[in-house]
Amino acid sequence: MTQGVAPARKTTYREAVRAALREALQRDPRVLLMGEEVGAYGGSYACSLGLLEEFGPDRVRDTPLSESAFVGMGIGAAMGGLRPIVEIMTVNFSLLALDQLLNNAATLRHMSGGQVGVPLVVRMATGAGKQVAAQHSHSLENFYAHIPGLKVLAPATLEDARGMLWTALEDPDPVILFEHTMLYGLEGELAADAGPVPIDRAAVRRPGKDVTLVAYGGTVGKAMDAARALAEQRVDAEVIDLRTLRPLDDATLLASVAKTHRAVVVDEGWRTGGLAGEICARLAERAFYDLDAPLARVCTAEVPIPYAKHLEDAALPQVEGIVQAALGAVARHG
Amino acid sequence: MTLAAIPLKPTRNPNDVLAPGVVRVLHDDGTVDPAHDPGLTDAELIGLYRALVRVRMLDERLVALQRQGRIGFHIGSLGEEAAILGSAFAMRPSDWIFPCYREFGAALWRGLPLQRYVDNMFGNENDPVRGRQMPDHYTCRAAKFGSVSSPIGTQITQAVGFAWAAKLKKDDLVTLVYFGDGATSSNEFHCGMNFAGVFRTPTVLFCRNNGWAISVPTERQTASATFADKGIAYGVHAVRCDGNDLLAVIATTRDAVARAARGDGPTLIEALTYRVAGHSTSDDPKAYRKEAEVEEWKRRDPIARVRRLLERKSLWSDADQASAEAAIDAEVREAVAAAEQTSPPALATMFDDVYAELPWHLVEQRDELLRGPRAKGHGA
Ligand SMILES: Cc1ncc(C[n+]2csc(CCOP(=O)(O)OP(=O)(O)O)c2C)c(N)n1
Ligand SMILES: [Mg+2]
Repeated sequence: MTQGVAPARKTTYREAVRAALREALQRDPRVLLMGEEVGAYGGSYACSLGLLEEFGPDRVRDTPLSESAFVGMGIGAAMGGLRPIVEIMTVNFSLLALDQLLNNAATLRHMSGGQVGVPLVVRMATGAGKQVAAQHSHSLENFYAHIPGLKVLAPATLEDARGMLWTALEDPDPVILFEHTMLYGLEGELAADAGPVPIDRAAVRRPGKDVTLVAYGGTVGKAMDAARALAEQRVDAEVIDLRTLRPLDDATLLASVAKTHRAVVVDEGWRTGGLAGEICARLAERAFYDLDAPLARVCTAEVPIPYAKHLEDAALPQVEGIVQAALGAVARHG
Repeated sequence: MTLAAIPLKPTRNPNDVLAPGVVRVLHDDGTVDPAHDPGLTDAELIGLYRALVRVRMLDERLVALQRQGRIGFHIGSLGEEAAILGSAFAMRPSDWIFPCYREFGAALWRGLPLQRYVDNMFGNENDPVRGRQMPDHYTCRAAKFGSVSSPIGTQITQAVGFAWAAKLKKDDLVTLVYFGDGATSSNEFHCGMNFAGVFRTPTVLFCRNNGWAISVPTERQTASATFADKGIAYGVHAVRCDGNDLLAVIATTRDAVARAARGDGPTLIEALTYRVAGHSTSDDPKAYRKEAEVEEWKRRDPIARVRRLLERKSLWSDADQASAEAAIDAEVREAVAAAEQTSPPALATMFDDVYAELPWHLVEQRDELLRGPRAKGHGA
């Protein structure tokens, strides 16, 4: 892990993603960026603005409109020796490419007896909050986290937006990066020479001793806000940012719960069959005797994400719900 | 036209309509070619013209509302009104339309009340889809108008399947499915075409070739000279028409509907038109296309052309125009005011319609929400 020594600069998550893309294209001639609207438009979320002009249409490629086709092309190009970065506008549209991702990218190395690897990186936006309704707003990270053969990342900070892509590109296997749409505008400081970061461990974003709040992607900020609100009520919450959704970093979770004895898992996915349930299961299996209160989940209501602002807000995990769940947990004594 | 003159890729040139085989009826000067004239009555012409003006005015008003922050989004049909209204006009009452997302003109023509459409733009309690979908994403079963769907192309195979069901049930209905030039790259287009051909379904596949798929121009979407060419591969009858020519669109679509209804199978229609505005209110097209191209197409305005026809026939005057515009303006204002004053959908409604019947776990989630702080002010 490269530690930034250069002075920090003000930037945004979107710019950090762009800097990472730009650097990847500069560093390795095998890298190319492909997908819908990545070139002339500069990316649906403006992450690749200026890159077509800088690197030309062979390396920054607007494709015709077919997710399964450009993911399949990416898999083929990766097998053929390139290092494609495929951008899918949103995880919702990635479902049109699920066969390529699940039955092919994720399984080829194994099915070919180790002969064929797929060093492919796929980036996609995920999550709700922009009032674009069901077909643009779902959080389906758990679908991908379910699949052996994939590595699944959820950068929630500027450092991770900047550094995860690098590590992902060095990985010999397919890696999926989820960028939550509400994070693109996130502002902060980043070392001018910020570099690669590990993609195999969770991070403690705020240490605490009373309750562990587990979050990833778009819910990390909400968990941090909840921790601040809890501090005012003299509850010291620890916030864990999962960072990597597959494989999960159990050690960090278990160490935290061994200290706090309580956990609330925040997940923008739906409750049934989701990542929050998986984390609770692991804690129940491996930290049962550490726990002083039932595990709690704060998830999205099990409805297609609605458009109207108040409905969308009500459907999603919110700070007040996290606070309530955490207070519920600390009120219980073992 | 010699072979060399046939472009190898679609060009987005307004003069492409002059290519052989492109159905044209109403010329720019308002004169009519009798060969394909669908023979509309004067009343029909006037009705359609009013509908075109209404769609245009509504479009402009919705963009303004979005700019003012009063609605979140609009995806319009500026420049494509004749392609949309002409095709909808050609459908029989028993037929079904499977929309893309720019066809509010077709929905209104088939009976979606203006007020309900505007309610959808606000996502209020009277919105036909109850505040759940984005603006311009409605459903109107009463108008036999399917659900506007965001993922590109998915409606194509569904329209083919619906038509297949009708064929098996011996229902006298045809389905028409709208999609853009970009959607012809989707798997659903290719499979939809193939299945429509193999199952010989009564389907009209209506491609609005408007030159652009957001920032991707047609020549980077396909290496075919035309989108209609794709019909050959699938054994699907395919025709091109001037999409800015109301009468050509009507004639072409009527032929396709008649063909489908008599059991002769599907037709792919490529309507040559142009997306004059940005992709949606979220887009600024100046970043990726030349204004000169837009200006050239604006001169081929589909609505002005119908007006010239009406004027030639002495069916329309400046005074008629002024009173039509005033009436539409008043109607739209009223609808917007009413929609704005209508309450948002109650929180509890969010859990309805996930299933036909509310299951216990959603009852639980709903009740939990209604006990919480968010319930305040939003009613149960
Ligand atoms: C499966 C899928 N991928 C990407 C998108 C994003 N998207 C929305 S509209 C559009 C372009 C569609 O162009 P076209 O089919 O020509 O229709 P037009 O908008 O021009 O009417 C794209 C890429 C989407 N909605 N669905
Ligand atoms: Mg188009």
